[in-house]
Amino acid sequence: MSEHHLSIAITGAGGAGVISCGELLLQAWAREGGRGLLRKAYGPQIRGGESAALLKLTDSERYTAAGHYDVVVALDWDNFSRFEDEIGLKPESWVLCDEGQELPAAVAAAKPHLVHLPFAELAAACHPQGRINMLALGVLGRLLGLPTASMVELALQKLANKPEAYRDAATACIEHGAAREPACRLPVPALGAAGSWYLSGNQAAGLGALESGIRFVAAYPITPASDVLEWMAGGLEQVGGQLLQAEDELAAINMTIGAAFGGVPAFTATSGPGLALMTESIGLAIASETPVTIFNVMRGGPSTGIPTKSEQSDLNIALYGLHGDAPHLVLAPLDIADCVFTTGWAVQLAQRLQTPAIVLSDQFIGQSTAIVSEPRRCEPFPPEPAVEAEATDAGGGEYLRYRLTDDGVSGVAYPGDRNRRFTADGLEHSEKGTPSARQSDHQAQLAKRQNKLTDFNYGDDWAAVSGEGQVGLVSFGSSSAAVAEAAERLAQQGVSTRVVSLRLLAPLQSAALAAALEGCSLAVVIEQNHSRQLFHYLRGQMDFQQPLHSYAMAGPVPLAPENIAQAVVEVMES
Amino acid sequence: MMQAIPLKARDFKSDVKPIWCPGCGHFSVLNAITKAMAALGIDKDDTVLVSGIGCSSRLPAYVDSYGFHGVHGRGLAIAQGLKVARPDLTVLALGGDGDGFSIGGNHFIHACRRNVNMTYIAMDNEVYGMTKGQASPTTPMDWDHSKLTPHGPGVRPFKPAALALASGAPWIGRGYSGNPNQIAKLIAEAVEFPGFSFLHVMSQCITFCPEQTDWKAVVSEMDGPPLADADAAAKQFLHEDGFQTGLLYREERPTWPPVGETAVDETALASLAASFSV
Repeated sequence: MSEHHLSIAITGAGGAGVISCGELLLQAWAREGGRGLLRKAYGPQIRGGESAALLKLTDSERYTAAGHYDVVVALDWDNFSRFEDEIGLKPESWVLCDEGQELPAAVAAAKPHLVHLPFAELAAACHPQGRINMLALGVLGRLLGLPTASMVELALQKLANKPEAYRDAATACIEHGAAREPACRLPVPALGAAGSWYLSGNQAAGLGALESGIRFVAAYPITPASDVLEWMAGGLEQVGGQLLQAEDELAAINMTIGAAFGGVPAFTATSGPGLALMTESIGLAIASETPVTIFNVMRGGPSTGIPTKSEQSDLNIALYGLHGDAPHLVLAPLDIADCVFTTGWAVQLAQRLQTPAIVLSDQFIGQSTAIVSEPRRCEPFPPEPAVEAEATDAGGGEYLRYRLTDDGVSGVAYPGDRNRRFTADGLEHSEKGTPSARQSDHQAQLAKRQNKLTDFNYGDDWAAVSGEGQVGLVSFGSSSAAVAEAAERLAQQGVSTRVVSLRLLAPLQSAALAAALEGCSLAVVIEQNHSRQLFHYLRGQMDFQQPLHSYAMAGPVPLAPENIAQAVVEVMES
Repeated sequence: MMQAIPLKARDFKSDVKPIWCPGCGHFSVLNAITKAMAALGIDKDDTVLVSGIGCSSRLPAYVDSYGFHGVHGRGLAIAQGLKVARPDLTVLALGGDGDGFSIGGNHFIHACRRNVNMTYIAMDNEVYGMTKGQASPTTPMDWDHSKLTPHGPGVRPFKPAALALASGAPWIGRGYSGNPNQIAKLIAEAVEFPGFSFLHVMSQCITFCPEQTDWKAVVSEMDGPPLADADAAAKQFLHEDGFQTGLLYREERPTWPPVGETAVDETALASLAASFSV
């Protein structure tokens, strides 16, 4: 525990309602102007397995996973071992649990303070339908100093469609829990921030996509991306668009290509296995210059891997997974709130550059919920340039769909446009779109598709850069928060850093990255995978002015800032 | 006021020269498509032909409309995405037996089931022509002309009409490349049908299956109206010789997506964003 944050883990069997308890607690905390993160950890069971709500209440919006927990509320200890790696305890931690159950060995070994609370007995005494999660909510709310009425109100909203007895029971349990003497006394992070939003990274991505104009989604369910698609199903109904549930990912990507060819901005979301299935047709989108956005929520791989947990190991497939010379966009949101901006930016870049964009989110930011300031939005790009006038009249010049232009972007026509008929093709083609195996056409079209990406001015959003130290810390996507916190720890040890968090991975902004690292005596590339994918990519793409080192740690446990800081110190001393 | 001159079939042909072998059945289908477009008086600019990969999938480039030549087996998925996003367009998907029944088989099943208002023309020559003559899902068991399966595929060919029926296709027709006028008539009916129309065309491959010229002697035309009873159609499609042509089956059922008023609320986006505000 530090004065900056307080971490709370609530664990229990599936169905005990620990996730609901965590959500309600965080929502009540948000209402008071608090900041915080809720990570949800599930076992492999569909229903009835164990789960954990992992809360980190903070006074800033830099959301890293907690390294250890100040408070653990164990509604039961069934299968706690599944979360042992993620719920570290210290002697100063507090554990609230029922007396009747034996402590898991790992918990006992940490020798935390123990407070025995007969959750089940107390809940039953409150109300015949009383539930232990609501009792725990009251207990934790009291510990945080949250208004009881606020917790009750939020719980009743959540239970609005349940029988009245449920609502009465929830009220009784919350009120009883909150009325008890605090189980322990802990310093609580500062409250009072204004203008809060409460959302998950997957919801944020859906919002960013719709705000940037997505009106067609093809969906095939996959963990941990399904909730992007589910949120968008509801969202599209309201803004006026279509969601098509596909028979597989092969269909999903091709349906988005079809819709985008028709001029309707199109999107799909998936995870590693689905992305692998889509790759052939992502190549089709590149060759036919059809804009689609593929939002990939990374999980542990390869194969089925670890579907419910996080890893940054799809970078290679996103960058290199396509056959042929296939330039496209790859982006990564830096945190939950940034999912709005980066997804919106990806959609608009794809539209403008007539190419697919792959966005690499991950389970950690995708399925965690956070309290954030109103997220930054991607401003609408200026309208697309019109198709050249000479090509618009029937007989008065020929419409060339793949016309070679200075910036590589050709004027696009959509079915229904008068007299600009063409056939889009995955076969190499002439400027007109006619299939061609001629070397001159192949060279010209390859260069066009590459140049339109490399010559575009992406502005300052290619990365978030902070600090002016001589130790460069380079990461991408959701590692950014852990790296920023590591930088803070290093600063306390007198090590001044420069943090570069990449948002645009392809095309790599090599010159900007080199400039950002100018003057650094060394740089460490930090990522959450085993094979150092970002490190090897950067080394292959550009020359660095300083020695480049690697800190790569596979998932599924989120990167720990203290481990990153330690690794950087070791590099400096080596 | 000057009246627009109705377009003729040849006006719907593009200036791209087909790659097909002389005598290929696909020329008949191309002629039939342009003839049907002329007969329907549909607008070239509002029509899209979508295909996968294979000899027959080259067809969109030969028609003067919008077109999309995709990847192997996925033409139906592209076409459905397009039609759902742009219901104002006339969308035809087409391809061969390998493209539609092998690599694209799953999309075929689900397209029949989904019933998006579009037409699918499968040009079936019972062979992979573009890769130089391998057996396809509709090749006879004992066809031993391929080096890949020198003793014949040894696997029963499947029955596209039966599969379409079982998957829920509401309009099933069959044509033969030796009778392009009938194909044109069937295409016109298929396009006008409100739902997913599946037209199976036996389109002979003169190069790898010259024996298919014998089809001429065995094809027949179905007498009377199409079947409307799925039980009777199932019995027919499972037991027929596959040479009966015409509109074989027709029923009307709701298309997807359901047609409804999409009342778009201008403030919907702002409301969605506001829903995240604490």
